Amino acid sequence: MTGGRAIILGRIREALRNNPAPRPHTSHSQSEAAADHNGHAQREWLPKVGETLPERIELFAKISVGLTTEFHQVPTITAARDLLTKIAAESGWKKIGSHSHHDVDALLEGIELPIVRTEKGYAIDDLESCEAGVTGCEVLVAQTGGIMVSVESAGGRALSVLPPHHVVIARTSQMVPDLTAAFAHAKKKYGKQFPSFLSFITGPSRTGDIERILVLGAHGPKRLTVILLD
Amino acid sequence: MATQSADFQTLSRRYTADKGFRAFIQKGMSGYYKKRDLNKANFQDWQGARDLAAEIKYEAINHLDKYLLEFEEKITARGAKVFWAQNAEAARDYILKVARENNVQTIIKSKTMTSEEIHLNDALEERGFGVFESDLGEYIVQLRKEAPFHLVFPAMHLTRGQISDLFQKELGSEATDEPEKLTMIARDVMRRKYCEADMGISGTNFAVAETGMISITENEGNARLTTSLPKIHVALLGIEKVLPKLEDLSLFLPMLATAGAGQTMTCYNTMYAGPRQPGEPDGPEQLHIVLLDNRRTELLADAEQRDSLGCIRCGACLNVCPIFKNVGGYSYGTTYGGPIGSVITPHLRGLKDWKHLSAASSLCGACTEACPVKIDLHHHLLQNRRNGAKSSPNPLEKISFGGFSLMMGHPALYRLAVIFGRIFQPLQSVVNGTILDPLRAWTGSRKFPTLAPQSFHQQWKKDRGGKK
Ligand code: SF4
Repeated sequence: MTGGRAIILGRIREALRNNPAPRPHTSHSQSEAAADHNGHAQREWLPKVGETLPERIELFAKISVGLTTEFHQVPTITAARDLLTKIAAESGWKKIGSHSHHDVDALLEGIELPIVRTEKGYAIDDLESCEAGVTGCEVLVAQTGGIMVSVESAGGRALSVLPPHHVVIARTSQMVPDLTAAFAHAKKKYGKQFPSFLSFITGPSRTGDIERILVLGAHGPKRLTVILLD
Repeated sequence: MATQSADFQTLSRRYTADKGFRAFIQKGMSGYYKKRDLNKANFQDWQGARDLAAEIKYEAINHLDKYLLEFEEKITARGAKVFWAQNAEAARDYILKVARENNVQTIIKSKTMTSEEIHLNDALEERGFGVFESDLGEYIVQLRKEAPFHLVFPAMHLTRGQISDLFQKELGSEATDEPEKLTMIARDVMRRKYCEADMGISGTNFAVAETGMISITENEGNARLTTSLPKIHVALLGIEKVLPKLEDLSLFLPMLATAGAGQTMTCYNTMYAGPRQPGEPDGPEQLHIVLLDNRRTELLADAEQRDSLGCIRCGACLNVCPIFKNVGGYSYGTTYGGPIGSVITPHLRGLKDWKHLSAASSLCGACTEACPVKIDLHHHLLQNRRNGAKSSPNPLEKISFGGFSLMMGHPALYRLAVIFGRIFQPLQSVVNGTILDPLRAWTGSRKFPTLAPQSFHQQWKKDRGGKK
């Protein structure tokens, strides 16, 4: 059952046939850029990103402050583990969600808490009652302070959004300048076999629906921690 | 006379007279203006970005058949079902059918204006399905049995006190005046719903032809939960929302965030390429895309106003519109309010009943300037006025403009009119603004300026003439 497919397509073609619309009034000559869509044209207009890795990390850190993302740069995996242990103790975690992933596994080594693993399926209530979800990611985006996650790098769709605290571990090699580069990364890695879920997470969940006043943790995590491993 | 037009007048009068309400809306907007400007300034060139966005939308809309087919092919290959709905009824029937066939009981929804457009909630509730809006603002207006006030901020017209009262009454919660606590009450209610619901319904901000994805933008995380936990995901998608390439999102996502809410990026921007794929741990087993025409093709056929299909529903034109800020979202009586609503509603729901909306504009052009995809909004309002006058001419208007142009074209007549004006003005001032006043449409809320005893022309003749 495809409904009115033929009719709608017919109406679209009829509407467009011999009936050109005036081109948008643009001050720059952009037609070519729009036509070949290489994705690089927009870099000229979007917010600027530094050329070097330290500049990019600095930008990511700066935007994180505004977003209330808790950003930590650590020198070693041991330091990352110490940090996580400290956060777990302070926040009184009793159970965490996680998934099988090289860096996540290394981070959680020695953590003495029950872990709900999602990669092979899980009970929703079991994950819902976790205090935190610990995941990896695809890339970090310097331009927006964002984290790109996917099914594979974040243990499915829900692990990074259902528990009230999301902890992400990433390496400096995963820092990319902008969204264009993040998409290029995904295309290169997955070719035509994209995962069914790809998402940019930019700060903890928020709402301004009551008197336009910012409240964190609307439905997703109230806290977002990014641990960047040198 | 169209009742819609009368309703607009009544409601807009009432809202405009409410100073407290206007101050409240203004206050809500002021934070937005500040953040929006800061974020715009962060762009290397906001105008350049708008140009490119307009060009990409031009390409997409003017080759809509091609990109829709590409999108359909790609996402179908990933196991999604695409249903082409000609109108609201077809869309509703299809969704009801899917719900029935899968023995659905509880439905959770994330924000979608398209579902308001097709009145989906009523249809589902009438047939006994439990339907819950998960976006906080939408949930609040759902509990109040109201429509969203604004495209992006559905409950911005309500104070925390009103929301607290509502929650006390409907949910039995404690009174509080803290937005944080109110948010947490809704969060707790919704947590249970996500886990129980067997169908999730979402809107779609963009569809990507190249990769067969739908992209959903949100701040709360409710759309992500809606599309992760229930076993069926239904996504409503207006046919105009398709973009050619995945990378196009790297322009549109930050622009939508900046124009819409003054953010660098909205908190969650998620791309879905089908339902759960083999080997994936969660996500819905079924993904249904309901591709909705509902007279969008009429707008497409109007080449002059076709660009208005490029709208990304950011709400920026509402936020800057002096009319919207005074009359509020409910006066319009439409799903899509503000300038963009006034432009497209006559196309989507008939010029005859909705042409009055094109007069709800000062033609200041603030909307056009705010629009991230450069829709020529205020000119389209003028075109709608022209189309409205053409399709149902007003004889009185015709006579008065005929008389006006006759007068302006003949100096002698003009002078005569001025003389009459001076004679009748004292009489007019007696009845000024009352029911006896022939000019009361104008003088009802304004003072008529006093005509000078001598016109400039007369003065010039007298003074300069004397010196010659
Ligand atoms: S018309 Fe432009 S400014 Fe208004 S909602 Fe649509 S995209 Fe935003």
